[in-house]
Amino acid sequence: MAEAASLKSDDVLATAGAWKKAGKGVALATVVTTWGSSPRPVGSQLAVSDRQEMEGSVSGGCIEGAVVLEAQKVIADGKPRLLDFGVTNEQAWEVGLACGGKVQVFVERLD
Amino acid sequence: MKRALFDALQAARAAKRPAVVATALGDGRQSLIVGDEAEGELPASEAIRAAARRALRDDKSHTIEAEHGPVFVQAFNTPLRMLVVGAVHISQALAPMAALAGYAVTIVDPRRSFATAARFPGVTLTHDWPDEAIDKIGLDARTAVVTLTHDPKIDDPALERALRSDCFYIGCLGSTRTHKARLGRLAELGFGEKDFARIHGPVGLDIGAQSPAEIAVSIVAEVTAVLRAEPAAAAAA
Repeated sequence: MAEAASLKSDDVLATAGAWKKAGKGVALATVVTTWGSSPRPVGSQLAVSDRQEMEGSVSGGCIEGAVVLEAQKVIADGKPRLLDFGVTNEQAWEVGLACGGKVQVFVERLD
Repeated sequence: MKRALFDALQAARAAKRPAVVATALGDGRQSLIVGDEAEGELPASEAIRAAARRALRDDKSHTIEAEHGPVFVQAFNTPLRMLVVGAVHISQALAPMAALAGYAVTIVDPRRSFATAARFPGVTLTHDWPDEAIDKIGLDARTAVVTLTHDPKIDDPALERALRSDCFYIGCLGSTRTHKARLGRLAELGFGEKDFARIHGPVGLDIGAQSPAEIAVSIVAEVTAVLRAEPAAAAAA
C-alpha cells in the first residue's frame, strides 16, 4: 500500500531526471495534439531511456512501441521530432490507433 | 529539453509553483514561464504568456499559432491535494486511491490511536485539530476537503475553514439526517444556502457503495467529476 500511495510512481519527469543522472540517454515524448477519440489527453508524457525503458504513456499502449523506437533516434542525434499517428498513417497496420483517433507526439532529447 | 530548463522546471514543481513550458514545434526551442519570469531560448512573447496563463487557469495544455510557427504550451499546475479529516476505515482505502489519482493526501485526526503510521503506511498524517492543520497547510482551488469522522467536534472546524476557502470540493460523510443537523450548526455560524450548495453530503456518487473501499471509490469518482466539470457547469453547480 505504501508503494501505491506514493506519488513518485506517477512522476514521469522525476523518472527521466533520475535516468539522466544515472548516465542514460533520455528522451521525452509529449502528446501535443489529438483528434477524435484518444486515450491520453494533450500534455501526457512518456519518458524513454536508451535502454528502452519507459515511464508514463502517450496512448493506451497502441503507439508506445513506435515512440520508443523514434526516441532512440532522437537520443542519438539530438534532433527533436514531431510524430503523427492515426488511421491515415502508412504505419497504421503496425502502430495505428485501435480507437480510430489521431495523435501528434513531440519527441525531444533531455540534454 | 535543455538540462538547465529541466532543472528549473523541476525546482518550480518542487516549490509547488505553477509553471508552463512553451515549445516551438518547428525547431524545438523552449522557454519556461513561472509567474512573470521567463527563461530559455524561445522568446516569451505576450501571445505566449497569455496562452500560458490560459493553460494554467483551464489546466489544459494547447498549441497556439505564434509568430514563427506553432508553439505548444504545456501547463504544469500545482499538485492536486486532498485533505481527509478522520483517520477512519474509509480513509485507509481512500488515501491510496486518491494518491493513485494524483492527489497529495494529508489525513488529519487529533485522535492519536486512529492516525497511526501502522494503519496509514506512507501517508502524511497530522494530529493537529483540523482548523489548526488547515491554517498550517492552507487550502486552494486545487484542494479537495473530505470529512469522514461525522463527529461535529472534529468535522465542523474543518468544514468552517473549507467554506471560507476556494477549495474545489467539499464532501462530508454522514446520513441525510446527519447532514441536515450539520447544516443547522453551520447556519448558526452565519453560513447560508450558497455555502451549503458547495457541500457534497452524503459524500460520494450514489453507486450503492457499502464497504469502506467502495465508498472510497464513490468519493474519488465524485471528486473527479467536480474537478473535470466544464467551468460553466461548475459555476452553475
